[in-house]
Amino acid sequence: MSLIYRLASRNLWHDRLRFIATIVGIVFSIVLVTVQLGLYLGFGRTVTTMVDHASADLWIMPAGTKCFEDPSLMDERKRFQALSINGVAQAIPVVIGFADWSIPAGGTTPVFIIGSDLRAGGLLPWNLVEGSLEALAIPGAIAVDRTYFGRLGIAGIGATAEIRGQKVEVRAVTRGIRSFTTTPYVFTTIDRARGYTGVSPNKVTYVLVRVAAGADVDSVRRRLAANLSDVNVLTPTQFRDRSRSFWLFGTGAGFALFAGALLGLIVGTVIVAQTLYSSTKDHINEFATLRAMGSSRGYIHKVIICQALINAVIGFCLAAGLGLIVVAATANTALPIVMTPLLSVVLFALTVIMCVISAIAAIVQVTRIDPATVFTR
Amino acid sequence: MTAPVIEAVDIVKFLGAGAGQVQALRGVSLALRGGELTLLMGPSGSGKTTLLSILGCMLTPTRGTVRVDGQSTEGAGPEQLAKLRREHVGFIFQSYHLFPTLTAADNVRLALDVRGDNSARAKARAQEALAMVGLAHKINAYPLELSGGEQQRVAVARAIVGKPAAILADEPTAALDSENGIAIMKLLAGVAKDPAHGVLVVAHDPRILRFADRVVHIEDGRITGEQRGDAQLKKGEPDCAVPDHVHKEPRVENHERVEK
Repeated sequence: MSLIYRLASRNLWHDRLRFIATIVGIVFSIVLVTVQLGLYLGFGRTVTTMVDHASADLWIMPAGTKCFEDPSLMDERKRFQALSINGVAQAIPVVIGFADWSIPAGGTTPVFIIGSDLRAGGLLPWNLVEGSLEALAIPGAIAVDRTYFGRLGIAGIGATAEIRGQKVEVRAVTRGIRSFTTTPYVFTTIDRARGYTGVSPNKVTYVLVRVAAGADVDSVRRRLAANLSDVNVLTPTQFRDRSRSFWLFGTGAGFALFAGALLGLIVGTVIVAQTLYSSTKDHINEFATLRAMGSSRGYIHKVIICQALINAVIGFCLAAGLGLIVVAATANTALPIVMTPLLSVVLFALTVIMCVISAIAAIVQVTRIDPATVFTR
Repeated sequence: MTAPVIEAVDIVKFLGAGAGQVQALRGVSLALRGGELTLLMGPSGSGKTTLLSILGCMLTPTRGTVRVDGQSTEGAGPEQLAKLRREHVGFIFQSYHLFPTLTAADNVRLALDVRGDNSARAKARAQEALAMVGLAHKINAYPLELSGGEQQRVAVARAIVGKPAAILADEPTAALDSENGIAIMKLLAGVAKDPAHGVLVVAHDPRILRFADRVVHIEDGRITGEQRGDAQLKKGEPDCAVPDHVHKEPRVENHERVEK
């Protein structure tokens, strides 16, 4: 075992109470950062869930549409114009919009209607656990997520209710299709979606384009944009970015999450810096002795940085454990905290950077040591 | 006569600044040679520790020249001075300054580790050094588990393990009882038998005079006398009487200074 590591670890362990306080500070800080960044990732995924599950190479939408939930409408003629563009194989209309769901036991609750062409696909429910997609062809048939049964006042498949005064029956049940707005999604056919949301028969919210085999998606996108007026033509990636950008930064939610993460890092840095500084001060005689023995400043800096890294590794391991518990606890909520391998690496790097930055005050203190003080101590 | 392992020539040192400034050393010259145990004696405030710090490259003189193993320290920065210390000087302190969280063996090994020697051989050398000071059976003991005398022996082992040319000891027996103090001085005298090592001991304690080859007296920042120590006398060399640094007229060789 390296003597530097041994000296650093024993300096830390020498004052157990301070060591534990440091670790608690790091854990608190990193769990806070984990939650904030995990929420950021979770939020980013949730706001694009419909784009992720749509079967489309390109999205045509009214110009200026900010996100999937934007209910701006365009004329369905755009769909036919799109079909006339070279390279377009299919153009599938989608209608979305908010509607009032009449709870069977009384009262109403808002729902988010998504209507698509059942035969062509486009944007249909996934993760079906009961019923079938074909059953949605039955008049009044809808699909809802089982998470929202309580909210919608229904017991399960076969339940009936009303949307905008029209009777609906649950014919398919999904699992895990949740909205970060907590408004339940209701899947149905495009015609009934128009009826539930009050959209005119000649209007659509989106046209999902599938390009012909062998056609270049970007070339088709450019041709569509050039030939269709007052619309935006985006790839799924572009639409995801636009949606994330709107929800995370257009609303300030992303800044709040980053500010929380930054606050966690600052608090952690201050706690670790304070404890490392006081630990160094307590061991200043030993550092002066090292200096008197001829150790270079670099050697002493290594001891302090090693202390910081030991704090970082132990603190991160405990924080990661707690973080995983938090991730598991929020997995089935509307806004899950997401942990990815990359985020784990980023969090570890942040922990190390935080602890090393914290060591600066202690390093400055040690750098000023006069080795001759060993004769007077 | 061997070449000096450390040589200070006409050292002047001011400490502090402004109205509080004091002149700690006033033109001191001293050479420490290999194979010799030199005792530096003087009353409190005489400049002993300041001189020791300058000889050990911990302080730089205001004026004058210090040469360590033939290399001048003039213009050397803190890192160059640290390099000279780790390569040529071993220190022993009055209050031991051992690392309480490390075992005796690791305390000794630290002197090699700061030199960049962290090999398995370094571990063996540390154990050999502890065996030399009679602590082979305490290599895994922590300082708090050792008596004061044992702790100082660990400090001696730490000072000699790197085989430095000069070993500088600041009142190494002051915190010890008579028996342990004598044991430490025997160790240092043994080290000084090797012409590769020169040992300088700062002390007040007249009981350790018998271990010295040479006794240098300092007062008010000046060398006031120098004489052969008991160890030389026992070797049969003629000299003046047993030193009484305040009252006896010291013999002055090439390092002058009786200005009183």
